[in-house]
Amino acid sequence: MEHQTKLRVLVAKPGLDGHDRGVKIIARAFRDTGYEVIYTGVHQTPEQIVSAAIQEDVDLIGLSCLSGAHLFLFNEVVRQLIEQDAGDIIVIGGGIIPEEDITRLKGAGIKEIFLPGTSLDEILKWVEENVKPLSQRGGSK
Amino acid sequence: MKGTYEQPGQATGGKEESKRFSTVSDLEIKSLYTPEDIKDSDYEADIGHPGSYPFTRGCQPDMYRGRLWTFRMFSGFGSAEDTNKRYHKLLDEGETGLSVAFDFPTLMGYDSDSPRAHAEIGKCGVAIDTLFDYGVLFNKIPLDKVTTSQTINPPASITWAMHLALADKQGVPWDKIGGTIQNDMLKEFVAQKTFMLPLEPSIKIVSDTIEFGTQYVPRWNTVSISGYHIREAGSTAVQELAFTLADGIAYVQDVIERKKMDVDAFAPRLSFFFDSHIDFFEEIAKVRAARRIWARVMKERFKARDPRSWWMRFHSQTAGCSLTAQQPLNNIVRVAVQALAMTLGGTQSLHTDSFDETLALPSDQAVTVALRTQQIIADETGIINTIDPLAGSYFVEALTNEMEEKALEYIEKIDKMGGMLAAIEQGFPQMEISEAAYNYQKQVDRGDKVLVGVNKYISEEETPIETLKIDEKLEEKQIKCVQEVRRTRDNRTVARTLNELRQACKDDKNVMPYVIEAVRAYATEQEICDVYREVYGEYRDPGFY
Amino acid sequence: MTVELVNRILEGDVRTAARLMRGIEDGAADAFGEMADLYPHTGKAYIVGITGAPGGGKSTLVDTLITTFRQRDMTLGVVAIDPTSPFTGGAILGDRVRMQKHSTDSGVFIRSVATRGWLGGLARAAVSIIHIMDAMGKDIILVETVGIGQQEVDVTRLADTSIFVLTPGSGDAIQMMKAGILEVADIFVVNKADLEGASRSKMELQAMLGMKSGACEEWEPSVLLTEAVNNIGIEELVDEILKHQAFLVSGEGMEKRRKERARLELTEAIESSLKDYIDSNVDKAFLEKLVDDLVQRRTNPQAAASQIIGKSIKR
Ligand SMILES: Nc1nc2c(ncn2[C@@H]2O[C@H](COP(=O)(O)OP(=O)(O)OP(=O)(O)O)[C@@H](O)[C@H]2O)c(=O)[nH]1
Ligand SMILES: [Mg+2]
Repeated sequence: MEHQTKLRVLVAKPGLDGHDRGVKIIARAFRDTGYEVIYTGVHQTPEQIVSAAIQEDVDLIGLSCLSGAHLFLFNEVVRQLIEQDAGDIIVIGGGIIPEEDITRLKGAGIKEIFLPGTSLDEILKWVEENVKPLSQRGGSK
Repeated sequence: MKGTYEQPGQATGGKEESKRFSTVSDLEIKSLYTPEDIKDSDYEADIGHPGSYPFTRGCQPDMYRGRLWTFRMFSGFGSAEDTNKRYHKLLDEGETGLSVAFDFPTLMGYDSDSPRAHAEIGKCGVAIDTLFDYGVLFNKIPLDKVTTSQTINPPASITWAMHLALADKQGVPWDKIGGTIQNDMLKEFVAQKTFMLPLEPSIKIVSDTIEFGTQYVPRWNTVSISGYHIREAGSTAVQELAFTLADGIAYVQDVIERKKMDVDAFAPRLSFFFDSHIDFFEEIAKVRAARRIWARVMKERFKARDPRSWWMRFHSQTAGCSLTAQQPLNNIVRVAVQALAMTLGGTQSLHTDSFDETLALPSDQAVTVALRTQQIIADETGIINTIDPLAGSYFVEALTNEMEEKALEYIEKIDKMGGMLAAIEQGFPQMEISEAAYNYQKQVDRGDKVLVGVNKYISEEETPIETLKIDEKLEEKQIKCVQEVRRTRDNRTVARTLNELRQACKDDKNVMPYVIEAVRAYATEQEICDVYREVYGEYRDPGFY
Repeated sequence: MTVELVNRILEGDVRTAARLMRGIEDGAADAFGEMADLYPHTGKAYIVGITGAPGGGKSTLVDTLITTFRQRDMTLGVVAIDPTSPFTGGAILGDRVRMQKHSTDSGVFIRSVATRGWLGGLARAAVSIIHIMDAMGKDIILVETVGIGQQEVDVTRLADTSIFVLTPGSGDAIQMMKAGILEVADIFVVNKADLEGASRSKMELQAMLGMKSGACEEWEPSVLLTEAVNNIGIEELVDEILKHQAFLVSGEGMEKRRKERARLELTEAIESSLKDYIDSNVDKAFLEKLVDDLVQRRTNPQAAASQIIGKSIKR
């Protein structure tokens, strides 16, 4: 049995908006790149997202929010990850997000924000360069 | 004249044929259309005069010469007070119908003080918790003078009840008010994913509203069967057409079976809602095909006899998903082209998107430009002078036929699956749309489909534009407001009306009369939704991808 | 530091357990040592396998089973296995979304697993993940796999109770018979009983089970009807699972199953150790030479294998 380290990714939609076009495209793109993708559906609370991410031991969480509630929701995900000793899971986000909010999100620990119009290649390249499986980053413990 | 018509590709040795020409939905288009392409079309049977079956050319014989389409701008943001101000402004500027955008907590059946509402209040629309807010929203707007469209789905029965209760307060009889509730739950499961209850009770409540409207609010469109969201979720034009009509078929079927109503009693009030994407002719062909298919479905499948049952009347909106955050002023041009397509396609009402929508909530200036776009089309371009000017174009008629054919294939497939509800349960339309959305994205990434400013003609410097911000204090204010209503209302009456509603749900009665009573007693939207959730259960995203 | 790690897992620490599962999946060297230390603490949980054709409603069923077991005060682990795409090596693991409402229940641990091209169905990683959940103190572990074939027969060898899910009029039963599943399942579920033909499917299946002669197992597999989406028939299914458990415990069944499972694990371990050992110790040049010899028909595969193993063992 040969073993392979594979990136595991959770794509999630926090909040009340249901526009899942973007996350589903990203889920497919990640799959086609060879990642293992867990999608938890729309209308997720930060609690649900964080606990799924920890149980699934993902390396990356991709959040999408189009309702304008990104500041609270994205930051809350990061805050709860840290609280649960899982701050090493990388969080990225996408959506209609104004410039000044991007700064605030990054300040809170969201690693990157992708705006509408970003190509899949750009996102995949970013992940390739910035996300290594947790096991190879020398875990949190 | 008769004979075969050569395709230029053949004549020139096929040089230009190496490049594939296709619509934005990836439908292949030939270089030339000739009489050959529509030789099987019969004018009387397949196209028909405007106002005549099968209504390919339009529902009314006089179209815009008789009455212009309604300029209906979807708007709502922040508090009911703010939105009311914008409504007055829009009415002053010549808008002829109102359209309410609600915030996400309202759309999902949560009050502003629910933990799920935090950070979402007033963000993408107006927050409405009780009849009190609704009264503020329509302050000094006589409900018999303007028609109102409510863009809301799971709690549509409740916000409609608010409208009816407010009409009572204004002393306007229900047969004098007109408007639309979107109330199209099926497309929520398929595309927009604003759902609350499982499929069966969701469609039951839709049928309740159709029944109630038929009896008591004759000028109201109780469902707006929407392709818009299907398209925005990434479908092709054909999928938008097919799934919307399949939804429509499912509603008609349900009302007939559940309510034992005669099809002609309610079908004339059904209305539709389409997206106007950027591929000009494809969009025109889509709505022409839609009218024809619907007329045939109603006449042949459901045996409707009233010609008004055969009509497909539709609202349309320019495609939000076609707009770009890059070089946002370009969106004005996109919107104009899309608006033109819908008016050439014979829409009954139209919303034009604001150019800054991809950045945030539309600013006043952007909304005005969007409205002016419609006014320029109506008053300056001359397209209203004659009806369906594109009829008889080899290309437009052939494309209309092709759209119809492809949509019918889908509908047949869905019928074989046991109808739209069964298809939705299996995730069929959901997965078809995801696939199409992914394919399109890959085409854009490869540059096969051009988005100006995004993958071609990119400019380094972006001009900053003014956008509207929602005051963060609003949340606090709105929470206080709903709590104040809860404190000052007669809570015994609220409890009684909610209990009666609960019992009505359990007894499978029409919920509308009970919802109206609860709303009148100032029950909050969530309190009513909680009764629904308790009796019917909640739908959770099956996550088809 | 394995003692500490083992303790954390025994205390039910999700993060630590999840990391170890990942280590096993990725083949991290220290993960296997840690598993060894954890092994003495396993063997308490009751394992239920759920398999059947794609889209039969297994995940929805698992979702409702979780709810029902939780109502009966039992904690659960769920291992949801989905295939890896043979083309891209990636996977969208789609089972969890149907169980997501249990995400924040600390009595439930759900883990999605991609097959990553295992050929023998449930391989070492899945077994280890089950062990870890077991060590965490989960009472019941539900294992969902997809398919009706030989691989799924393997699931039954891991589980204490195996459930096969089929849908009305799907012809799944015939497939099952071919794959020999009828012989090994303990409970059959006709899900989507709201659809036409459910009772007929049930009768057909019962008839087939009746035909199965000579099986001297005393447990009579039952056929239950469920509607997972409407939460109908789930109490009965849980009752049936517990009844089967009681049956196993009261007789020699449990003992036999556990032995069978231990044997399976041992065989797996031997095979993979041997393979690992050969991979890292046998001289590549020697291997290549044997390959050439085979091509030239100077030797035969059996003899060549003996040569390698003989060589390895001698060393
Ligand atoms: N009509 C009906 N549909 C059901 C029932 N149970 C599940 N479904 C539907 O069947 C579809 C598949 O359900 P899943 O639970 O994902 O099935 P699965 O067997 O886990 O699917 P895979 O893991 O992809 O093989 C979903 O659309 C469910 O809603 C049922 O009792 N009746
Ligand atoms: Mg499943």
